Amino acid sequence: MNDAALLSVEDVAVDLPTPRGNLRAVDRVDLALGAGRTLGIVGESGCGKTMLSRAILQLLPKKARLTGRVMFDGRDLARCSAEGLRKLRARSLAVVFQDPMTSLNPVLTIGTQLTETLLEHLELDASAARKRAVELLAAVGIPEPEQRLTQYPHQFSGGMRQRVAIAIALSCEPKLLIADEPTTALDVTIQAQILDLLAREQRRRHMAMILITHDLGVVAGRTDEVAVMYAGRIVERAPTPVLFKKMHMPYTEALLAAIPKLEAAPHTPLPAISGRPPDPTRPLAGCAFSPRCRYASDRCHSEKPQLAQAEARDHRYACFHPIKLAAGVDA
Amino acid sequence: MMQEVMRAASDPLLKVENLVVEYVVGQRVVHAVSDVSLQIARGETLGLVGESGCGKSTLGRAVLRLRPVVSGRVIFDGEDLTAMQGEALRKMRRRAQLIFQDPIASLNPRRRIGDIVAEPLVIAGYDDAGRRQQLVYEVLSAVGLDPALVVDRLPHEFSGGQCQRICIARALVLNPEFIICDEPVSALDVSIRAQILNLLEEMKIRFGLTLLFIAHDLAVVKAVSDRVAVMYLGRLCEVGPSEQLFTKPAHPYTELLIEAIPVPDPDVRPAESVAVGEPPSPIAPPSGCRFRTRCPRADQRCRDEVPELRPVAPGQYAACHHPLT
Amino acid sequence: MATLELSVQEEIIAAPVKQTRRLGTLFWMAVGWIVLVFALAIFAPVLPLSSPTDMDMLDRRAPFSALHWLGTDGLGRDELARLIYGARISLLVGLCAPAIGLTVGGALGMLAGYFRGRFESLSVGSMDVLLAFPPLILTLAVTAFLGQSVFNLTCILGILGIPTFMRVARAATLTLARREFVIAAQALGATHARILLRELLPNVALPSLAFFLLGVAVFIVVEGSLSFLGFGVPPPISSWGSMIGEGRESLDVAPRLAFLPAIAMFLTVLSFNIVGDTIRAITDPRQG
Repeated sequence: MNDAALLSVEDVAVDLPTPRGNLRAVDRVDLALGAGRTLGIVGESGCGKTMLSRAILQLLPKKARLTGRVMFDGRDLARCSAEGLRKLRARSLAVVFQDPMTSLNPVLTIGTQLTETLLEHLELDASAARKRAVELLAAVGIPEPEQRLTQYPHQFSGGMRQRVAIAIALSCEPKLLIADEPTTALDVTIQAQILDLLAREQRRRHMAMILITHDLGVVAGRTDEVAVMYAGRIVERAPTPVLFKKMHMPYTEALLAAIPKLEAAPHTPLPAISGRPPDPTRPLAGCAFSPRCRYASDRCHSEKPQLAQAEARDHRYACFHPIKLAAGVDA
Repeated sequence: MMQEVMRAASDPLLKVENLVVEYVVGQRVVHAVSDVSLQIARGETLGLVGESGCGKSTLGRAVLRLRPVVSGRVIFDGEDLTAMQGEALRKMRRRAQLIFQDPIASLNPRRRIGDIVAEPLVIAGYDDAGRRQQLVYEVLSAVGLDPALVVDRLPHEFSGGQCQRICIARALVLNPEFIICDEPVSALDVSIRAQILNLLEEMKIRFGLTLLFIAHDLAVVKAVSDRVAVMYLGRLCEVGPSEQLFTKPAHPYTELLIEAIPVPDPDVRPAESVAVGEPPSPIAPPSGCRFRTRCPRADQRCRDEVPELRPVAPGQYAACHHPLT
Repeated sequence: MATLELSVQEEIIAAPVKQTRRLGTLFWMAVGWIVLVFALAIFAPVLPLSSPTDMDMLDRRAPFSALHWLGTDGLGRDELARLIYGARISLLVGLCAPAIGLTVGGALGMLAGYFRGRFESLSVGSMDVLLAFPPLILTLAVTAFLGQSVFNLTCILGILGIPTFMRVARAATLTLARREFVIAAQALGATHARILLRELLPNVALPSLAFFLLGVAVFIVVEGSLSFLGFGVPPPISSWGSMIGEGRESLDVAPRLAFLPAIAMFLTVLSFNIVGDTIRAITDPRQG
């Protein structure tokens, strides 16, 4: 693992006991992220990406069991005390959730929610905190910020609420921002605005960011590196241009192909992936994608592929029959 | 007039004329649909695209008389739907069906799949239980589900994609002519989306359907539609053939939508969005052209005069005083 | 190339795993007690009991004995028999009163939640009016006017229970009527009656039922309180409440005369509460 990495996730697994048996939500994931870099985590529902983000943030449900190390800024978050974590939370580690309706407290004003973080973590006095809150709202593009401080979340639209959530997350200048499907609940034109905002603020603050989404289009132009998750594991990881141009995992290729493209003519049949994602309480012996994979062989059904190094630097994939896309590339 | 301008090539199955739908929330009036006219030819798929709050879902439901209409008409196969009542209306319902966005919420959680899919038959008066079962089995097979494994189960035992197949089966069991699909794939995973879209296309061919496909995702709409209509804040902005509309949009809002789509290609730098601000509320829509508050081309005329749909290219109409082409 | 699926193929549906809900031992004990009390109450006439009205003046307030398992009360009547016959009255009122509330209130609530508009405003308004009446005074007034009897008591308590059931049914209907499966039924041309009975009722019934069981518990106590004060069931009919009232006089000599019916009532009310709560907990997650 890279020593200079700001965040280093090492062999992390998350197990959840359920009435139907043990659920392995995250299955031995390794990740590294340097300061100022953006990592995109892509996967469909149930792939474990949200659980992974919770594991990093140490916000797992009580029943969950975490194994492995989450090294942030040299410290293992999994072994941190509650007080230590609390100090880290706003100052270094911030999060923006998917649903702006529920991530803001409906009975407190925006001003209160913004300033409470500032008062708590930066130890500003009330008027300085208020001034900073106004600056933050302006920075995220909310018009008339002074008036809006006294308003409640329900008086804002969805896009505005998400901007406020971003302002709260950025208020203490965190080193790492985790955005968990930040635009999924928003319209496409607002989505573009919010993603632009995140990119701009990240550049300005030299902040590391993890962008979690199910939309490959969102990560394509806005991330340095992409990790694709399936059934709790990372199945492919590469710098963004490499992933899109030289992908090796059949799942990645199928996912990309299944997205309707604007350039395609109408009524072109879409290459769909048959079947559906596996039941996490009944893990398969072999590769989790093998029941749905065109290229699956006997080996795929019985043996789990491990992450292997591809030709390009930092490109890893987990497959026995990788796709060779670019000419001359050998797995 | 408008009808001449909008006439589709063959005799239209559905004609919407100057439809206005409003509803009251508290003390205020929401102008959900304001003077919308369109036509759908037999065998055609018309895509209706727009962002949340534009009124597209309300329009879809109003067309099927599931929402009260303030003014305007809906003509289905030559008959005035808006004037129908009681038994005539119920009979019409067998010919026009609706598929919803949330497939799990569209199924009664306490009824078995077999009963749910047979319900339209029961309502339509098919008394023979054997015949009903036969039709239910046929339509479940058609959507790719094994009837014997499915009929006795409850909705919560199925995934989103499977539930949507069941909803499609329910919509098809009476062999309708027209189906309104209201965001049928938005709630589904990417890999399942493609399956359901392919299924809809295949069902359309197999059952000879005419579709009104409502969605907010342009690429999805383009994939299945022959013509596309773009809606904003209760009004139509642009209508035209799919390929033409997306390669040469005439209305600034259409262009905005196209530019905002995240393209899964790392070489394409996302354009700094030109969109300014947020869509206004349908309770107090702007005067004149409703898009003017976010449009870089807006001027005084846009404020004073409501733009009408005018032809800008063969088959393509835009409601704009300063169209792009 | 990637996995291409151009034609529809069969979906493999795995057999669902049976989700067994663990109903605790407490639940089953509660059920057991309820079944026992019901059985005793229903079969009271054929059980080999002494008559609850036979007075044995020589043996008043007798302690436990082979002849009288639970002793006798202040007038020499067999306590066990009185408990069992008292159960009949307590359960009768305790069940019938909320049943009235459930049927009338439930129907009103469903109609109000489904049709909305003026009908809803009218119903809700009338319920508010009904709730504004102080229940105890209303009961006393009615019984004073129409006479004290089990029938009158059940009716007036039933009517007083209508607003709460109406609220439960209306709340459930309001959330459900907006769900797509109801609109889907409308789109199919189903009549209102059909939608109410086949789509909404099965979904509203369970939470209403859970509430009903809790209502039984409440009404047993209400009837008990009224009878304790002498305003409930008229003598010589006795329920647990009136037995507690009569036992008050003997508290220093024979406290069991007050405590035995009190324990019986306590256990029964507790059991109905446990069963009602458990059923509500079971049905709720499914509703999501």
